[in-house]
Amino acid sequence: MSGGPPVVIVGAGPAGMAAAATLAEAGLRPMVLDKFPGPGGQGWRAPAVGGSGPLASLDGEDARRARERFLELARSGRIDWYPETTVIDLTRERLWAVGPSGEVDSTAWSRLVLCPGAIERIVPLPGWTLPGVYTLGGAQTALKGQACALGRRIAFLGTGPLLWLAAAQHVIGGVEVAVVADTARLQGLLVSFPALLANRHRLGLGLRCVRVLRRARVPVLRGVRALAILGQGHVEGVRVTTRRREWSFACDAVATSFGLVRQLQLPDLLDVPIRFDRESESWLAEVDDAHRTAVPGVYLAGDAAGIRGATAAALTGERAALSLLEDLGRPVDAARCVRLRKQLQRHARCARALGRAFPLPSALEAEIADDTIVCRCEAVTAGALREAARAFEVDEINRAKALTRCGMGRCQGRFCGPTAARVLARARGIDLEAAGRLRTQPPIEPLPAHVRPVEGGSMA
Amino acid sequence: MEDLDDPIDGVQGRWVRLARGDGVPVPFTIDGIPARGRAGEMSIAAILAIRPDLGSLPPDRRSRAGFCLIGLCQDCWVRLEDGRRVRACTTAVEPGMAVRLDSSDESW
Repeated sequence: MSGGPPVVIVGAGPAGMAAAATLAEAGLRPMVLDKFPGPGGQGWRAPAVGGSGPLASLDGEDARRARERFLELARSGRIDWYPETTVIDLTRERLWAVGPSGEVDSTAWSRLVLCPGAIERIVPLPGWTLPGVYTLGGAQTALKGQACALGRRIAFLGTGPLLWLAAAQHVIGGVEVAVVADTARLQGLLVSFPALLANRHRLGLGLRCVRVLRRARVPVLRGVRALAILGQGHVEGVRVTTRRREWSFACDAVATSFGLVRQLQLPDLLDVPIRFDRESESWLAEVDDAHRTAVPGVYLAGDAAGIRGATAAALTGERAALSLLEDLGRPVDAARCVRLRKQLQRHARCARALGRAFPLPSALEAEIADDTIVCRCEAVTAGALREAARAFEVDEINRAKALTRCGMGRCQGRFCGPTAARVLARARGIDLEAAGRLRTQPPIEPLPAHVRPVEGGSMA
Repeated sequence: MEDLDDPIDGVQGRWVRLARGDGVPVPFTIDGIPARGRAGEMSIAAILAIRPDLGSLPPDRRSRAGFCLIGLCQDCWVRLEDGRRVRACTTAVEPGMAVRLDSSDESW
């Protein structure tokens, strides 16, 4: 390719890798930026060097093939690959990123495929800020990417299919699992069962996880009503309350997740329309069926465009790339697009069923104790948030942030934002949508003070 | 031979390496004490294999040991003796890396 700014893909997870491969195979040379040293993202992360035996078996065939295809295209120069590169700001002409040298570099872009992924939905449990408490994705990253266990005995708390998958992966990896405690009730799963049949692969995977846990005699509790992490200075155990009784389990680490939250900072910087979705009670960036956003030349794929699992994420990356090629006036195989649409519809049905089977336990969030920290960066408690909401009659989350510092810290409200909005809405008796969402502020990740800009931008 | 993975002064590491012995050793130091990471390992893994936490950060000086491990919660920034600060979950351990966890006077 010569002349003109490059097509840029942000994120090299399942969606970004698929988009890059699709574009490269059509003769474009996309620039791909990702924060991590290797491609794969969270879902399809490469196994640790030296991770062998049972750990290596956790790396799926699809994941391995996608990474190899991507790296082969990068080696032969058909993908312009920038690992360890974090995008920190974005306009409709240019983007800025921090690379491995620690400098802020920039590039103009002609078209943009955003694949920023998702992060864990956290419900602040008593004790969740103790060292030894990690997100579920963190536990998987340590296990698969680093061949490490977060502790000697890990409790899995929260809800969602990934909770069961991660716990089973740890058993397979030879790690002791103290308990799997899920707030979802078995009934919800049974009601959703027919819809889950739409994706036999994911259903089969789920059943296999349950079998692995049963064979290892891991205590499994469903329909959990309250959860607490216990310990002085570090994790010593968990307390799980079911309808019948209260249980205690000794452990030195906790992995927790209540689902996933789309990362919308990058589309937000470009003013891609973002709206509240009643069904999932969360915010989403609008994309059409072909993964175009309302901003010309900007496409959104992967978990950030909808939480449907890694396989579906890869399909959306391919779909976004095909749209981009269409928009460039290149020939695109219509049958391929039809096949993708059908596959994605099936994944979407399965995802909706899973959403109903593993709902966010809003009761748990409503009952957050006043002394429980909501914002871990700024140590803002639920009580402080409620007090500010009432005393100043605050009905909007950005106002509450200004008054309490909730969401103002290092993670920029990524983890506390959804909970803080719920606490605020409940304290004021208003709709969750009306409470709003935290505004995106560039740079979207903190920068060390020593970071210097590269004059003019050298990337392209 | 002295095993650098052994607890220092009875302090046990938080994480457990599951593929012990694999990978090329990477010598580095924590607060001046020699330690050993493995090639390809992120510095958080190398540190927490022998330490219970990463020290504390403002505003409440709560001790921390990382949280999301995917470079977003910013819980795992550590200071190096050369003045750099790195996010330990996205920065690979390097030979000669000198990590300071004992700088409690530090502001973020």
